Amino acid sequence: MQKGNFLRTVLVTAAAVAAFTVTPCRAELTITGAGATFPYPAYSKWAYDYNQETGVRLNYQSIGSGGGIKQIKAKTVDFGASDAPLEPKELNESGLMQFPMVMGGVVPVVNIKGIAAGQLKLSSETLAEIYMGKISKWNDPKIVAENSGITLPAEDITVVHRADGSGTTWIFTNYLTKVSKDWKDKVGNDKAVEWPVGLGGKGNEGVAAFVGKVDGSIGYVEYAYALQNKMASVMLKNHDGKFVAPTAENFQAAAAGADWAHAEGYYMVLTDQPGATSWPITGASFILLYKNQANPEQAKEVLKFFAWSFKNGGKSALSLDYVPMPDAVVKMIETTWQNEVKDSAGKAIWP
Amino acid sequence: MNMKKRKIWGDVIFRGLTASFASGIAVIFIAIIVVLWHQSQPSIQKFGFSFLVSMSWNPVHEQFGALIPIAGTLLTTFLALLFAIPLSLGIALFLAELAPHWLRTPFGTAIELLAAIPSIVYGMWGLFVLGPLMADYVQPFLKATLGFLPIFSGSSMGIGMLTAGLVLTLMIIPFISSVTRDVFLMVPQPLKEAAYGLGCTTWEVVRDVMIPYGRKGIAGAVFLGMGRALGETMAVTFVIGNAYHLSWSLFAPGNSIASTLANEFTEADGQVYLSSLIELGLVLFLITLIILSLAQIWLRRSAAGRA
Repeated sequence: MQKGNFLRTVLVTAAAVAAFTVTPCRAELTITGAGATFPYPAYSKWAYDYNQETGVRLNYQSIGSGGGIKQIKAKTVDFGASDAPLEPKELNESGLMQFPMVMGGVVPVVNIKGIAAGQLKLSSETLAEIYMGKISKWNDPKIVAENSGITLPAEDITVVHRADGSGTTWIFTNYLTKVSKDWKDKVGNDKAVEWPVGLGGKGNEGVAAFVGKVDGSIGYVEYAYALQNKMASVMLKNHDGKFVAPTAENFQAAAAGADWAHAEGYYMVLTDQPGATSWPITGASFILLYKNQANPEQAKEVLKFFAWSFKNGGKSALSLDYVPMPDAVVKMIETTWQNEVKDSAGKAIWP
Repeated sequence: MNMKKRKIWGDVIFRGLTASFASGIAVIFIAIIVVLWHQSQPSIQKFGFSFLVSMSWNPVHEQFGALIPIAGTLLTTFLALLFAIPLSLGIALFLAELAPHWLRTPFGTAIELLAAIPSIVYGMWGLFVLGPLMADYVQPFLKATLGFLPIFSGSSMGIGMLTAGLVLTLMIIPFISSVTRDVFLMVPQPLKEAAYGLGCTTWEVVRDVMIPYGRKGIAGAVFLGMGRALGETMAVTFVIGNAYHLSWSLFAPGNSIASTLANEFTEADGQVYLSSLIELGLVLFLITLIILSLAQIWLRRSAAGRA
């Protein structure tokens, strides 16, 4: 009896082990990507939903835009992701194509006693001068003139920026470069710049922590961080001269006017866009793929995931405070896949 | 006969094994220098010596200089040692000489445990607890009393060189104090008793017997702490402010070599940018090497002088 039980246990265990070892042979597909941290929450939500529906897994490492570009060029991932678009020339040199995947906004936030979200208004010139270090007190006449209803303290302004290279910084400095000649000449537009003044925080969370801790500070963060940390966001004067608040609708308004059809290689920056309600510091996050795919089956899986996300991911993107791409642009992107992404024989992989 | 032969073989194998471990360190040491040197060639060729004295750090125009990170590294380390050495000596003396016996083990263990806290925890503590305390109380107080000194001027943000130095102080105290305590415990009892017998006070015994006797060990403890402070990354990154500005004020934000590397390595694109960061690593390596060598020379010389 004892012996029989033992034998049975052994057999059951063996069967269980066999079952476990066999299961993975049902070829679980994994697609890999690396890059921008800014869209990571949206990508990981889509990846989860997509996995539930199809069983295909996405392994996305949010190592930063620069890292994403490096990884795709080293061909260690199926796709790269970057907040700063690559210039058409660089795309051609490396045989890559890019398309925008999702949009979002960068928001200046302040920590001044008695000032709540949406109370402080800044024009682009004033914001640039604060970041240049030319305006150094909150009660500077220029800021007071733009904010007649509120009292501002005679406090030093502490400027907070990103310490690490970042797509968020790229979008922010792109905006300042467009609106201020001084900024353009002396500082410029990049993922990291030589900041004239201020403290550097690591990551969006680092900037949010500094602004939260230091009285009289101003910083810029990804919209979702401003919301989650309940930070006092600033109203900005946009291209049309109207003061607007950072909201998903205003990001969409900035994106709506964008002329994607005439942007070569989808090289398009959504900062300082015209439109009465356009938020001026809006940006898209981009995906990078090789035009020539050595492994067409894998490439097709990658494109299928993006197509699924365009189709089904809009709602979850909005719930995470991102702006999905408009349908017309999605159609354009899918046509571009058809025209540009080929296997080694030159045959289109999509659809 | 057989026994003896086996014993010899055992010795030979053991010697070979330990020698290979030791030479492994030397090989790794040389390999690090070679790789850092090789990888930083683009930057060395572009900037040459001016890399060490230039204050610019401009990724847009690819102009890089190491002066500000070097200054930040040296200044924060100096501040940390300035505060940590007297504190650690006091702690070590108390534990080795003055504390009642039942208190020594729990106190000693508590201090050693401080060394086991991950540095990111020190960083977050510095940012969320020490930073606001500095901004609200310490810095306004220093400005009110010693504000005529340029080192205590500027706005009180709570984040900057002084805060970074204080966080580092706390991080290196366990290293310095626990090694120093062991050094003090090794002072031979007859020496101390002889001194007491001559009528010395406790302070005189400490000053004239224990510290001179343990000088080499104490210096070793200080260098251990200094090595930690020079290379500390995460904790400093949280509180130093990560800004490329040089200021006389200890309240101002700055940057250290290690925090520059931690912040910028992942996103550095462009050959010159990346190789400038690697050259920074090489500079840190050389700074550590130079300071430790100078310390060794100084120790030898003072030991010879005493003899």
